[in-house]
Amino acid sequence: MIRLLTHLGAYLESAFVGVGYTIELMVVSTSFTSKHLWRRRRFVVEQLFTCGIRPLPVVLVVATFTGMILALQTGLELEEFGAKDRIAAIIGVGLCREMGPFMTALILTASVGAGIAAEIGTMKVSEEIDALEIMSIKPHSFLVMPRIVGLAVMCPLLTLITDVVGILGGLIVGATRLQISPLVYMRGVQNALSYEIWFLGLPKDVYTGLVKALVFGVIIASVSSSAGLRASGGAIGVGRATRSSVIHCFLLIIIVGYYMTSFFYS
Amino acid sequence: MESKPRIIPDDEPIIQLKDVHKRFGKKEVLRGLDLEVRRGETFVILGPSGTGKSVTLKLVVGLLKPDQGEVYVTRVPVHRASAEQMDEVRSRIGYLFQSGALINWLNVAENVALPLTEHTRNLPHEIDRRVDEYLSMVHMIASKYQMPTELSGGQKKRVALARVLAGAPSVILYDEPTAGLDPVMTANISMLIRKVQRELGVSSILVTHDLPCAYEAGDRIAMVADGKVVYHADTETFRHTDHPAVRHFLSGGRGRNSDPEGKP
Repeated sequence: MIRLLTHLGAYLESAFVGVGYTIELMVVSTSFTSKHLWRRRRFVVEQLFTCGIRPLPVVLVVATFTGMILALQTGLELEEFGAKDRIAAIIGVGLCREMGPFMTALILTASVGAGIAAEIGTMKVSEEIDALEIMSIKPHSFLVMPRIVGLAVMCPLLTLITDVVGILGGLIVGATRLQISPLVYMRGVQNALSYEIWFLGLPKDVYTGLVKALVFGVIIASVSSSAGLRASGGAIGVGRATRSSVIHCFLLIIIVGYYMTSFFYS
Repeated sequence: MESKPRIIPDDEPIIQLKDVHKRFGKKEVLRGLDLEVRRGETFVILGPSGTGKSVTLKLVVGLLKPDQGEVYVTRVPVHRASAEQMDEVRSRIGYLFQSGALINWLNVAENVALPLTEHTRNLPHEIDRRVDEYLSMVHMIASKYQMPTELSGGQKKRVALARVLAGAPSVILYDEPTAGLDPVMTANISMLIRKVQRELGVSSILVTHDLPCAYEAGDRIAMVADGKVVYHADTETFRHTDHPAVRHFLSGGRGRNSDPEGKP
């Protein structure tokens, strides 16, 4: 019993230390953005490419088929009630509010976040991070800040692409399988989104999704970098860091997503 | 090298470790280690693997904190230094890692330029000129645009040494600089260490278990066993000492008086 409590205590302590370290990393690295953004412009551009362009094919395929599946599943059910043209509203609102940012964040966690944890973890166990610290180069500014900027910019942009492509995927199924006119479908999407408050020219359902995506991007970059920077114990440690970063990102995205929805819509 | 004053050797130790203890879990790696490094000398720490040699270097540069004892670098108490003090101390220290620790996604020139781009306001052409200078010094100018993954172990260490020199340090810490290298490359690196000391007047700690390297590069040698210095002397005296721990080590554990802790 005492042994169990000791293990539990050690686990909780390590969890709290990890949470504290990740929050500190996020705050300190973000604070470097204004000071070091221009100096690190090359690394930032590289990260924009890594976080935005590389995962784009996966995002496009997933978004298209998600829209198509959603249209088919809901369309076939609604057809029985003579309301199949309502799929436009369901797909439009569902993708923009929740599924767009959520799916994009999960894809980025699995592709970019895992890559960040593995890359920084490998740098940690091969003493490259120590070398940076001895040269008085802060990993927060040199490694983490460009990744936070990259994901904070690219996650909303990819979410926007997911929203548009997913809606078009629904349109394809609507037109070919459910015989809904593309014009009626697009008008349905527009009507479903347009009655809410607008901000920066975007309907509420769209901009709240983009705000969520921005927060998810910062979470993925911070949690993955934190896991990498705390890696130890060679290749096994890097594997452990990568795994833990993916799990923690998934959990945080779902939990934070719920509270943000609650904040925006309750 | 022109941004910092040259070090003139005198009697004042530039690095001091006093009664340093360090434990990792249940294993006490250092058990009251004392040593002093004088200005301008290359001080070799010799000893078998697992005796805390690399840990000692990490304590000097503040990557680890001692559990007990004091560590001073140029009079700054590293064991209780603030982040600002540590940055100031580290600006005077170069650290050559066993693996080289080059940043893998930067090429050779960018790696060497790192301390210059980060800590000086030099223009790009001036940085490029200095990078060429340091790469020439370590005979790696031909590999200027190669990536670290394209280099051999010895080449990585030479590039890492160029990066260390670019930081204009007054102290260089070498962690097993010849580990895993062939005898020719070992001699090459040893001569480079000696050359750097003579030409730039830096003080160095050289951690190794490679005897030819220790004899070639070292001014004084300390033998570490069981977490503390059991014997130290100038290189010539060290080579001919009858101290049991030293004889044990020099004979590869097969010689007389083979108590590794140096107990008579």
